[in-house]
Amino acid sequence: MNNDSLWTIFLNASLVNNFVLAYFLGICPFLGVSGKLATATRMGGAVCFVMLVSSVCAYGIHRLLVAIDAPYLQLISYIVVIASTVQLVEMFIKKMSPALFRALGIFLPLITTNCAILGLALFQTNKGYDLVQSIVYALGAGSGFTLALVLMAGIREKLELATVPDMVQGTALTLMIAGILSLAFMGFAGVGA
Amino acid sequence: MAGADRNAAGAMSTDDFIKGLWRENPVFVQVLGMCPVLAVTNSAINALAMGLATTFVLVLSNTLVATLRHFIPRQVRIATFILIIATFVTVVDYLIQAISLDLHRALGAFISLIVVNCLILGRAEAFASKNTVARSVLDGLGMGVGFTFALLCLGGAREIFGSGSLFGVSLFPAAYQPWIVMILPSGGFFTLALWLLLFNHFKLRRQARESVVPEVTR
Repeated sequence: MNNDSLWTIFLNASLVNNFVLAYFLGICPFLGVSGKLATATRMGGAVCFVMLVSSVCAYGIHRLLVAIDAPYLQLISYIVVIASTVQLVEMFIKKMSPALFRALGIFLPLITTNCAILGLALFQTNKGYDLVQSIVYALGAGSGFTLALVLMAGIREKLELATVPDMVQGTALTLMIAGILSLAFMGFAGVGA
Repeated sequence: MAGADRNAAGAMSTDDFIKGLWRENPVFVQVLGMCPVLAVTNSAINALAMGLATTFVLVLSNTLVATLRHFIPRQVRIATFILIIATFVTVVDYLIQAISLDLHRALGAFISLIVVNCLILGRAEAFASKNTVARSVLDGLGMGVGFTFALLCLGGAREIFGSGSLFGVSLFPAAYQPWIVMILPSGGFFTLALWLLLFNHFKLRRQARESVVPEVTR
């Protein structure tokens, strides 16, 4: 059991150990969907939701697997839960907002292979969080992911107007910016400790 | 060198292996599987272990997917691939735990996260589900070695500058001040950005040469 206070867990997951900028989880959508601010915000929302649902499910599965003494099934059952949640979100978005569905494109089904979500499920198990702590952890991680994505999208929208040498354009430039953002987030080290 | 092989009519060629090393290098050219690339490359030994583990999973999952490719219904293929991959990752997780507990601790959750490495699912979907077992094994091996090579490039550079050593062997005199930033998360982003710059430079130069040469010969 873990005795961290809820506020500490939230701050830790969202700022100090930001999933994208400190743990390098969810880099693919971070590089892929951060071109436009509006898309980035909604992608963040979708990821938050999937994180919340899979975090609750992962907690239940962990208790079940401990009860039947089958820890080797952990990884497989987590990924199945995440894949089905993503499928659910995909159908929901397709029905509610076809425009958003098109804007997110291939990155929507790819939330399944977003390491941030599986990472969240594994970390909360390793840290021994209870149900409430897990939910707060998922909320913190989701908001941290959204924050990083939105910051990046804001910067990249401005960059559209700048002239950049051919060689630096594309992923290399985005990674440079991510490095500087990551340096900035190091300033949060020690907060909430 | 690979050009001649690519034109060969045979169903199997060394090109399946070679393309992953350089021309279609998963990290530097296709920019796939970024999470482990950045997260575990703060030292060369971690990078090597991660590369080998990924290669192992890649080859085995490619083999199984290619073997079963006629039996997997199209609608549920992604879910099936993920299950196959997750099984092999569990095997690797327990293997590394048995070989070296320290290494397992250093890599942490990132071994389990091989499941969601887009490179592996990408090869299963794009190559193994359409080709014969032998070709898929070669493809997995090539991509795996290319991935390991890229991880070593990053891990080596970060360890040399960040800790002043390579594979734990000290390289510089004691007066060397390590660049701490290189082993911090931001150092990972910077190092990968610089490697990509280098590859972009080569690519642009090759494109420039290819567009000039025909005019000269004409």
